[in-house]
Formats: sequence, structure tokens, C-alpha cells
Amino acid sequence: MAEIMYWEAIQRAHDEEMARDPLVICMGEDIGVAGGTYKATKGLYEKYGPLRVMDTPISENGYTGLGVGASFLGVKPIIEIMSVNFAWLAMDQIFNSAAKVRYMSGGQLTAPIVVRSAGGAAHQLGAQHSARMEKVFMGIAGLRVVTPSNPKQAYGLLKSAVRSPDPVYINEHELMYNMKGEVPDEEYFHPLEGSEVTRPGTDVTLFGYNISVHWCLKAAEILAKQYNISAEVVDLYALAPLDREGIKKSVAKTHKAVIAEEDEAPCGVGSEVMAIINEECFWELDAPPVRVHSALVPQPYAHNLEKATIPNHEDVVKAVLKLFGKA
Amino acid sequence: MKLKDRKRVLREMILARRFEERCYQAYIERKIGGFLHLYPGQEACCFGVMEAARPGFDYVITGYRDHVHAIKCGADPKAVMAELYGKETGCSKGRGGSMHIFDVAHRFMGGYALVGGPFPLAAGMAKAIQMKGGDEIAICFLGDSANNQGTFHETMNMAALWNLPVLFVCENNLYGIGTALHRSTAVVDQYKRVCAYGIESDVCDGQDIEVVLEHAHKAVEYVRSRKGPYFLELKTYRYRGHSMSDSRGYRSREEEEQWKQRDPINILRDRMIAEDKYTMAEFEALEKEIDDYIENEVIKFAEESPDPKVEELTKYVLAD
Ligand SMILES: Cc1ncc(C[n+]2csc(CCOP(=O)(O)OP(=O)(O)O)c2C)c(N)n1
Repeated sequence: MAEIMYWEAIQRAHDEEMARDPLVICMGEDIGVAGGTYKATKGLYEKYGPLRVMDTPISENGYTGLGVGASFLGVKPIIEIMSVNFAWLAMDQIFNSAAKVRYMSGGQLTAPIVVRSAGGAAHQLGAQHSARMEKVFMGIAGLRVVTPSNPKQAYGLLKSAVRSPDPVYINEHELMYNMKGEVPDEEYFHPLEGSEVTRPGTDVTLFGYNISVHWCLKAAEILAKQYNISAEVVDLYALAPLDREGIKKSVAKTHKAVIAEEDEAPCGVGSEVMAIINEECFWELDAPPVRVHSALVPQPYAHNLEKATIPNHEDVVKAVLKLFGKA
Repeated sequence: MKLKDRKRVLREMILARRFEERCYQAYIERKIGGFLHLYPGQEACCFGVMEAARPGFDYVITGYRDHVHAIKCGADPKAVMAELYGKETGCSKGRGGSMHIFDVAHRFMGGYALVGGPFPLAAGMAKAIQMKGGDEIAICFLGDSANNQGTFHETMNMAALWNLPVLFVCENNLYGIGTALHRSTAVVDQYKRVCAYGIESDVCDGQDIEVVLEHAHKAVEYVRSRKGPYFLELKTYRYRGHSMSDSRGYRSREEEEQWKQRDPINILRDRMIAEDKYTMAEFEALEKEIDDYIENEVIKFAEESPDPKVEELTKYVLAD
């Protein structure tokens, strides 16, 4: 197994799927000649040409809709939207067309597009460049939402998304493209549903996804070393549908839960996981679950304010200590 | 332009250029964070149009390449720099950053980071002007690639339909990040794109401020006299990359050099030397004076200003 970067894993998945199927295309701003903002499509233009690697105009709703239309006739577009903030502009086509068409046509028509987008707060980009949006996508019937937390998932989830008969939204993170990790040398498909126990434990479950998995892992280490608390880390790489069974299983084992997300709390991933815990395993709980999340403000630019809004592993540790009555 | 105006504008353009170059340095020193989109090369666009309009009186809105527009409207360079430093004294109280400069007192209605977002906002301001009377106009500065957004077409339709007093200024610098205009846009001549909506339009060299001024006068008068919206395309070039992370691999150094031959500041300076007996020595003295001002006042102010208070994180989210 080779260690490669998150962006390289995504690039490899694109390349393999495009080599296999001539109807797989990719599209987005600056992805072709310029090589892609995050290099996720590097070299593909040279290899597959302008008909299959499309530099789009800056018109997110338009080109996403074009991708949806192409998918009606069997083309498989992988649409990169440079930043989640710009994906807001394409929500109409993603939600009103792609996600609903199978249902409203009684199964006659499907839109199996893949939309990839980078979200998250990174390096003081301010209010209009720091959004998280997975919580909005995961509430839309007809969409699958996955969110890779490492290169292996980034590779395997994109491969599976391309082969999926459903529209899939892949939520990446601006700060993770240069993260390194092992990816199988042979072809690998990551399931689009489920969750992964990344670190087993017995005293508390830390639920995370994407970047917050890494806060949870770091917190688990600190909890083990300094407080003798054994934390289980569960990676919710699939947000829609969410793995009810996986959540239930872990809480039934540890009886305590903390949910960590980078997004704001209202109507978020944390709210949803708490609701599932409430519905599935309320009587297993030793304490009310706790959410770790960012402050409900448009992302401020100033460094100190930005830092104050985004949670990290220390906040996860604090939340656990609170659960154990140690804070 | 009269010599007096030429001198004033030359000074303002040099200040804008030096301000931006100083930002570049401050970014490298990690004093400025986030995305930074610089303006050198395009100065004649903003200054030419605003010389024809009334800075501080007409309403101006733009995208993320917004520092110079704010300063020309009347924002204090110190407050703009403090904003880039993320300080409480910044013109957006440190909450906005480079892409979100605001100075509403001077009717600079903001920089917005989403490409195409300001089009309908400009039309909306024009609607308000129309309702309230007075002879203000709304001016929207945006890049060429923004014209591919749906908001462009939706706004042109409404602006024409309702005869709104809004001037759209397209600063056509030939690229949208790394994508050349002809690779993203079917009709390369931007001023032609509004014909479909019956909007008056014009195009001119964006490097010579006196050429811009002449065309902008016509445009501004047209809008101010309530004949309807107007679209002005200015052909220009940005010297630096799109933002700080851009290594400019998509364009040749020869192309860049060619454009630098037509530098907006040098064009005005050389004309002044030829026609007004202005001297190179005067020019150099001015540059020096401006550099000193930026260093000793602007940068010093930003450096010495306090950070926003973390306890005030949620201030400005909703009304108090
Ligand atoms: C809705 C949206 N899509 C994409 C982007 C990313 N982006 C920022 S600037 C830019 C290019 C814009 O080019 P242009 O309108 O020509 O203006 P210029 O930067 O040349 O002044 C792009 C694609 C964005 N900020 N907003």
C-alpha cells in the first residue's frame, strides 16, 4: 500500500474511472488547463481532452444543471464545485432536479451525478468562503452524502459514487487535500453507507466525520493518557443515509456520546445523531449526549475571532470531561 | 483633464498601486491572511470611472478585488489596511477581511466574494434611488467572468425592464482565475452581451485614464439623466496572479510584459511630462512621499491597532 495525499487519491479515482468508461466526464471551474484549485483533476485534461474534462464558465447552477441533463442520457459527470459556498448557487439543480427526478418520474428518469466540493473554514477566508453545507445536503430526499476523512476513503468513495445509480454529494475539506494516508494499490470501492469504528473504546463514543474525526482521534489519545478514559471513535463517513445501526451499537457499548462537527449546531449533523440516539437507544444512556460545534456566526475574518469559532480536539476533551463530571 | 486634476489623480493612483504592493509584502510576512486579490495594472478603470462619477455620493459595489475602489470612494487607507490586518479599527471591524471591505458612510456598499453576487444588489440600490428621488446612481464594478453567472442575465433584464439608474462597469482583464476569457465565454466582446436586453453599452481602452474618463462621462451622464442602465467594458490587465496562490502558469511572461508597456500610471505620468512640463523628479518625490505615508501612517496604524475582542464574537450577527 502506498502513502499518497488526499488530492492524489481523488485524482487517481477520476483517472481510473475515466479510463474505464468513456462516458465518465469531469467538469468545473479551472479544472482543465489550469489543473484544478486543489489539483484533484491534475493531468486529466492532457489525457482525456476538452470534451471530457470541461473547464466551465463561472455559472454554478447552469453547469450543474447541464451535468444533470447529461446524466439523463447516460453520461456520468463528476462535477467539481470549487468551494461549498459556490455550491449554494447550484442547490436548485441539485435539489430540485437531480435529487427529485427519480421519484417524480416514477422511476423513469435518474440523475446519477457526482458533485464534489470543498467545505470548511481555512486560513481566514471570511464569511463568504468558509461555509459547511453537509447538513443541508443530508436533509434532502434522493441524495447520498459522503464525506471522506482520509485518502483511502477519498479514493474509494469517489470510485463508488461514480458507479452509483443515485446522485452523490461528496463533501471534502479545504484543509485535508495535503493529508497523507495509505491507499490500497489495487482497485478499491468504499461503501457509500455505514460507519467505521476508527478506534475501539469502552467508556464513551466520539462521533465525527471528515475533519472532526481527527479531533476525536487526538482527543481519544489525550483522554486515554491523561484521564484513563477509553474513548471509541466512530467515523460517520456517510451522512445520508446515516448509519442508525452503527450509532446504536456503539452507544449501547459505551453508554455515553459526544458528537463533533465543524458546522454550527442548529439543524446539524449533531442534532440528527442525537435524535437517532434518542430514538434508538435512549435507555442505554448514562448521561445526555453532548455536541461539539462551531459558534453561530458568519465566519469572521480576524484570526483570533476565527479561532474562537472553530472547535478542535481540546473542545472534544472538554465535552467528555463534562460528561464524566470532571469539568 | 486639467493639470490640477491630473496631479491629484496621479497621486491617488500611485497611492493605490503602492498600497497594493505593500499588501503583497504584508501577506508574505503573514500579517494579512485569507485570500488577497490585488489591483495593480487596473487602476485607470476605477479612477477613470469614479472621476466621471461622484465618489462618496454615488453608490458603489464590487467583488473581492475591492481595496482600491473603497479608497477611491473615500475610505481611509488606514482603516482598509487595518481591516486586512484583521483589527477592530478596520473598516469592517476586522470581521470582513480583504474580500469584504465596507465603508457605507462613503457609500462604498461592499466587496463580495461570490462571483456575480453584486449584480442584483446594484440593481436593487438603483431601485431604491429611483424611489427616493435625488440624482445618485449605482455603480457596479465586476470582472469579465462574472458575466457568465445567471445573475448577470437576470439583472440586465430587470435593470432594462424597470429603467434603473445603474452603471455596470466590466473590468475585462482577460482571465477568470486561470481560465482565459475565450475558453469560458462564447461572446468575447462583453459589451455586446447586453444588446439582447436593449441596454446601452460601450467599450474602450482601460489603461489610459483619460480615455476611460471620456467614455465614463458619457455613461454616467446617461444613467444620471435617467435614460436607463448602461454597460461599460474596459480592456485591462492585472499584473499579479488572480490571488496570492496563483503562479500564473496559464499566461506567458511576454504577454505580461506587453501589457506593462501600457501601464496606466506611466501613461498619465508621461503625458504630464510631455504636456505639462511635469518632471520625473517631481514624480519620484511623490512616490517617496506616498511610500513614507503608507509606512509611517497606514502600516503603523494597522500594526498598532487592537484585535477585535473575542467576547464580542457574536456582535453584529443580529441587531442589539
Ligand atoms: C460563485 C463563485 N464561483 C466561483 C468563485 C471562485 N472565483 C473567484 S474569482 C473567480 C474568477 C472571476 O473572474 P472575473 O470575474 O473575470 O474577475 P477578476 O478576478 O478577473 O477581476 C472565480 C472563479 C467565486 N468566488 N464565486
